[in-house]
Amino acid sequence: MNIVRSHVLVCGGTGCTSSGSEKLISEFEVQLKKAGIENEVSVVRTGCFGLCALGPIVIVYPEGAFYSMIKPEDVETIVQEHLLKGRIVTKLLYEEAVSEKNDILPLSETQFYKKQQRIVLRNCGVIDPEKIDEYIAFDGYKALGKVLTEMTPEQVIDVVKRSGIRGRGGAGFPTALKWEFAAKQPEGVKYVCCNADEGDPGAFMDRSVLEGDPHAVIEAMAIAAYAIGSEQGYIYIRAEYPIAVKRLQLAIDQAKEYGLLGNNIFDTDFSFDLEIRLGAGAFVCGEETALMTSIEGFRGEPRPRPPFPAVKGLWQRPTILNNVETYANIPQIILNGAEWFANIGTEKSKGTKVFAVGGKINNTGLVEVPMGTTLREIVEEIGGGIPNGKKFKAAQTGGPSGGCIPLSLIDTPIDYDSLLSIGAMMGSGGLIVMDEDSCMVDIAKYFLDFTVDESCGKCAPCRIGTKRMHEILEKITSGKGTMQDIENLKALANSIKSSSLCGLGQTAPNPVLSTLRYFEDEYIAHVVDKKCPAGVCKDLLQYTIDKEKCKGCNICAKNCPVTAIIGELKKPYEIIQDKCIKCGVCESKCPFDAISRK
Amino acid sequence: MKSLAELEAIRNKTLGSINLRNDREEGTRIVVGMATCGIAAGARPVLSALVDEVAKRDLKDIIVSQTGCIGMCRLEPIIEVYVPGKEKVTYVRMSPEKAVRVISEHIVNNRPVKEFTVSEADK
Ligand SMILES: Cc1cc2nc3c(=O)[nH]c(=O)nc-3n(C[C@H](O)[C@H](O)[C@H](O)COP(=O)(O)O)c2cc1C
Ligand code: SF4
Repeated sequence: MNIVRSHVLVCGGTGCTSSGSEKLISEFEVQLKKAGIENEVSVVRTGCFGLCALGPIVIVYPEGAFYSMIKPEDVETIVQEHLLKGRIVTKLLYEEAVSEKNDILPLSETQFYKKQQRIVLRNCGVIDPEKIDEYIAFDGYKALGKVLTEMTPEQVIDVVKRSGIRGRGGAGFPTALKWEFAAKQPEGVKYVCCNADEGDPGAFMDRSVLEGDPHAVIEAMAIAAYAIGSEQGYIYIRAEYPIAVKRLQLAIDQAKEYGLLGNNIFDTDFSFDLEIRLGAGAFVCGEETALMTSIEGFRGEPRPRPPFPAVKGLWQRPTILNNVETYANIPQIILNGAEWFANIGTEKSKGTKVFAVGGKINNTGLVEVPMGTTLREIVEEIGGGIPNGKKFKAAQTGGPSGGCIPLSLIDTPIDYDSLLSIGAMMGSGGLIVMDEDSCMVDIAKYFLDFTVDESCGKCAPCRIGTKRMHEILEKITSGKGTMQDIENLKALANSIKSSSLCGLGQTAPNPVLSTLRYFEDEYIAHVVDKKCPAGVCKDLLQYTIDKEKCKGCNICAKNCPVTAIIGELKKPYEIIQDKCIKCGVCESKCPFDAISRK
Repeated sequence: MKSLAELEAIRNKTLGSINLRNDREEGTRIVVGMATCGIAAGARPVLSALVDEVAKRDLKDIIVSQTGCIGMCRLEPIIEVYVPGKEKVTYVRMSPEKAVRVISEHIVNNRPVKEFTVSEADK
């Protein structure tokens, strides 16, 4: 490997790739050659830097200049000015990373990164995920080496236990307990699995880890295998993540070539092999028993527990399953010690959590914060607030299984137990921010729509119950609901929760229950006043023309796609409500603000 | 992979080449003036010589980077060496050969090359 004086890091995560980062890489190669400095500067495709809203992102080291929203046309300027002449192109920098004196600030001092602490994402956006040497350079596989040469399996489990880490895939089960159960099973074939199904809509934490630092997960799985006495692992990942699948496969191949997977790793008795299994993207296949059934080659349907997978999992053998992010913490815990990890976070939730922040927020992206950080810090500081001066209304955590957190609880510290106590849950880390223009009944309907689609149909409460709940929500949002419907919703929700077979059904009513808990007045407005306070539910909206303000210019009538607006030039126009499809075009076209939506 | 030593060898080999991606203040920096004046005076071969020499000697924790006009165009090519905890040393009228000597004497043996420094230039 040549020593070069400058590194150009281009984000190759899914977000930046779709906003054109591949083109940037080839353009950099062309421009560097043109400037004759292709041997002094290397272009590296990394994983996600986190600030997806500003992609594609390019970071130039050693200066640490953080360029955002770079277009192919900008590449020549960066090469000629910055890389050739050493003049940082301030106008292309992420504005938060420029100080008042026009110097560049270290990224760690920008609003977006200041409160973050990167353990899981430490290599994302720093190393080239396709080069195992770069992972090794930043202490990769050192934890595996330490475990295999200096520690017994019991000691490994003990360190994990004392670190206090809990599963990041949703339920927050203590990781060490699971490992301990599996380790205590009689010797014989055991399996280690990784859940990279990530079915929660809006979540992309696990994908980003696999795209940016695949070896961390591989190393951790080998450590887990050593701890429980397994020789075979599977990573279950959805086929809709092509970049992650490709990098993961490459990483496995490289690890095998180096002998970090395979027989007699580090010349010990320990052997471990790893394979990828592709999923077809069904949400239910993220549930542990369904996932294992799917790996076995059957239709991905859950089965009752017990027996728990740690006793009888894949092919009836003891199996542990952990989430991608859970695994990504393990090598760091081994290297830095249980106490180091246990010092981060809150009393019962240790370490950090990665969130995929989306919805009505300025800095859409990936953030990693210590447990116990408040929602306000994530939304207002790291997330840069709500766009267009709108007000925060609520945030949904845990996706379709979770609940919402209203403004009144925005100072809640985010950890497993506080979230549960307010009717939400940690989930896998999707965090969707909603502003005053969001209708909470509509949001609940959206998530239920998702679970109705994704229910596997094996058990009746979930298959039929969620459908009935969805119908009631449909009725309420179209203005035909009654107060009895709200009561029925609650009753249905509680019986589905208590009688469904798997976690999907058991949690599906949560979005309805939590919006009812904090926003029941909105449901009542839909039912009693036949109004949608946020102005979202189309059936409850009316567009009307203010006769005083209308100048009779005819612009609205010309633009209405269904000719629902009639009138005479220079006289007030009128909307025929029966014909109106509520598309809102007239409102946006009226030059006199005479049309309103109520 | 048969041993931890092997792993460590790969680590050391690669770390030098990617360590400059750490946002850190520590470490030695060599900065080359690469504005139009510097380039015209021959800063480019100086920069290449520095990078090559750092690579050849497998030096760790050294960053070679470039900057704009340092402000003494008549003395170009100019390089500045920042060693943590020491005063900055400015070398002027550099050539690739002189640059190599700066690496071997100043960076490796910790003895700044007095005759090339800016304070000697006008004597
Ligand atoms: C419907 C459903 C979907 C799930 N989807 C995922 C998922 O996409 N990723 C994940 O890691 N866990 C998911 N889980 C949780 C897993 O069943 C399991 O608890 C988790 O993978 C265990 O790993 P952890 O202890 O490291 O969190 C899902 C659970 C349910 C009920
Ligand atoms: S709860 Fe739903 S997803 Fe789970 S087994 Fe029953 S029908 Fe299938």
